[in-house]
Amino acid sequence: MSHLDLLTFARGSALNWALVLFAAGVVLRLFEILGLGRRPDLAKPRPDSPGSGWRTIVMRSVPKADTLKRDAVTYVSGYTFHIGLLVSIFFFAPHIEFFRSQSGFGWPGLPSALVDALAVIAMVALGVSLAHRITSPVKRMLSDISDYVAWAMTLLPLLTGYLAYHHLLLEYTMMLALHLFSIELLLVLLPFTKLFHAFSLFISRWYNGDISARKGVAS
Amino acid sequence: MKHAQQPDILPGTVGEGLAQRGVTRREFLKLCTTLTALLALPPSMAGAMAEAISKARRQSVIWLSFQECTGCTESITRSHSPTLENLIFDLISLDYHHTLQAASAEAAEHAREQAMKDNDGKYLLIVDGSIPMGNPGFSTIAGISNYDMLMETARGAAAIVAVGTCAAHGGIPRADPNPTGAVSVGDIVKDKPIINVPGCPPIPVVMTGVLAHFLTFGGIPELDAQGRPKSFYGETIHDRCYRRPFYDQGKFAQTFDDEAARQGWCLFKLGCKGPVTYNACATTKWNDGTSFPIQSGHGCIGCSEANFWDAGPLYKALSMPVSATTSMLGAAAAAGAAAGVAVTWHNRSTKAAAKAAHEKMTVQELSREEK
Repeated sequence: MSHLDLLTFARGSALNWALVLFAAGVVLRLFEILGLGRRPDLAKPRPDSPGSGWRTIVMRSVPKADTLKRDAVTYVSGYTFHIGLLVSIFFFAPHIEFFRSQSGFGWPGLPSALVDALAVIAMVALGVSLAHRITSPVKRMLSDISDYVAWAMTLLPLLTGYLAYHHLLLEYTMMLALHLFSIELLLVLLPFTKLFHAFSLFISRWYNGDISARKGVAS
Repeated sequence: MKHAQQPDILPGTVGEGLAQRGVTRREFLKLCTTLTALLALPPSMAGAMAEAISKARRQSVIWLSFQECTGCTESITRSHSPTLENLIFDLISLDYHHTLQAASAEAAEHAREQAMKDNDGKYLLIVDGSIPMGNPGFSTIAGISNYDMLMETARGAAAIVAVGTCAAHGGIPRADPNPTGAVSVGDIVKDKPIINVPGCPPIPVVMTGVLAHFLTFGGIPELDAQGRPKSFYGETIHDRCYRRPFYDQGKFAQTFDDEAARQGWCLFKLGCKGPVTYNACATTKWNDGTSFPIQSGHGCIGCSEANFWDAGPLYKALSMPVSATTSMLGAAAAAGAAAGVAVTWHNRSTKAAAKAAHEKMTVQELSREEK
């Protein structure tokens, strides 16, 4: 099997299966989570904070000054990593072509050099996050194997993409195939690991804000 | 007066052929300088190459054409005149090529047999076209199956050059579902050095370069994992493409021949396979260095790569899935929803069952337990 054959498999059957499992997994998990339901809240809601759920989504995404001071590494590395990752995924021109092929619409990309720099920054931030997780006693105690697996699964697409773009380590076609395989692994496992926060994050923030407001704790 | 550095012209050599054609030493040195550059050899090798080639005997070449379209031969013969390609081809002894030779029928086959006999172990075998293994009758020459002719001719060859993607990798005959059971030369000949010169068709000067290397060094050039000369197939089209800066800037043509395409913007979105295609089109170009497909506004189709016909649609960007569709994802989401409903139903039943099984305790019961 030549490298091009491997790439064709990665772009073909392997990607189809990964996308199918990803789409089915995400919908399944959303049904599962939302289907759990909540007990009806019979108390009369406080009237003074409509839209509190939506406000919480925004406000919890902005670090408070004191928490930033208390754990700067977590905040800075976390934000840096997520921004780098999101730009790499959604603003690299070849990636936009993928989304266009699936959704029917696209958007302008950013220069490759800029995306490349942000991908490197994201990887450095991931490294810092891991070092902090290992060295901080509290974080280490809270971590289990699934956290480290999630970390590795997130790093691999970034790393293989970077290596492919710069023609490092392996021949380009082969590295591109590995890049796709790493994404496919991520797609398959995302719905069933903590990485599902990509979907559940804003739902839970909205719910927390809304239920708190009903009880009088306006955001 | 003869120039001091002019080599002696030996009878029956390339040097004699050059002299007869009126090619000056200066012209020949220019040719050798170009070839050394193309072969990624040091410039100082040009003199040595000129010396070696002019003293070499005209190389006997047998050219076999199997399941092919004659595009490879067309490519090489349609080059402008006088070109490096023509020059070299006049300097080899092309003893058998059933498209180009004047002889036909038994006389043609006799020419092949005679060349094999006279140059046993020394002749160069060039093959274009794939070999059908499904049935020997699928492709025959003078009643001889392609397989038999290849194996018989390969036996006494010094080396084999598989010209074109069909000979090098199986090409379009081998594309799914491969009705003739087509294979490449390298699939069945295992005991001879094989140089793959793929392309549909390959660049004429690559062919010339390989021949020049063989005449100069008496061996084959350094090859990559697919058996292709590294000097020509060492880099991707994308890395050498003049449109590459636009890829880096995120500037892409949206449709064929739009304003962006005319301004030289990248053709990646139109399905260009340049990033995964190793060939020299972007540097040597075609038709006497005039242009190459990407310069003409069409993306690279990846013709020098093995199995490129089966590597997904030609007009889909490399980052697009080969076959995934939105409807497929819709069906997957529906299946996920059905599974989600089942899981929710199960969770709720478990919850309801737990609630039903819950026994309330009274204060009296608790105090009784304490006693």
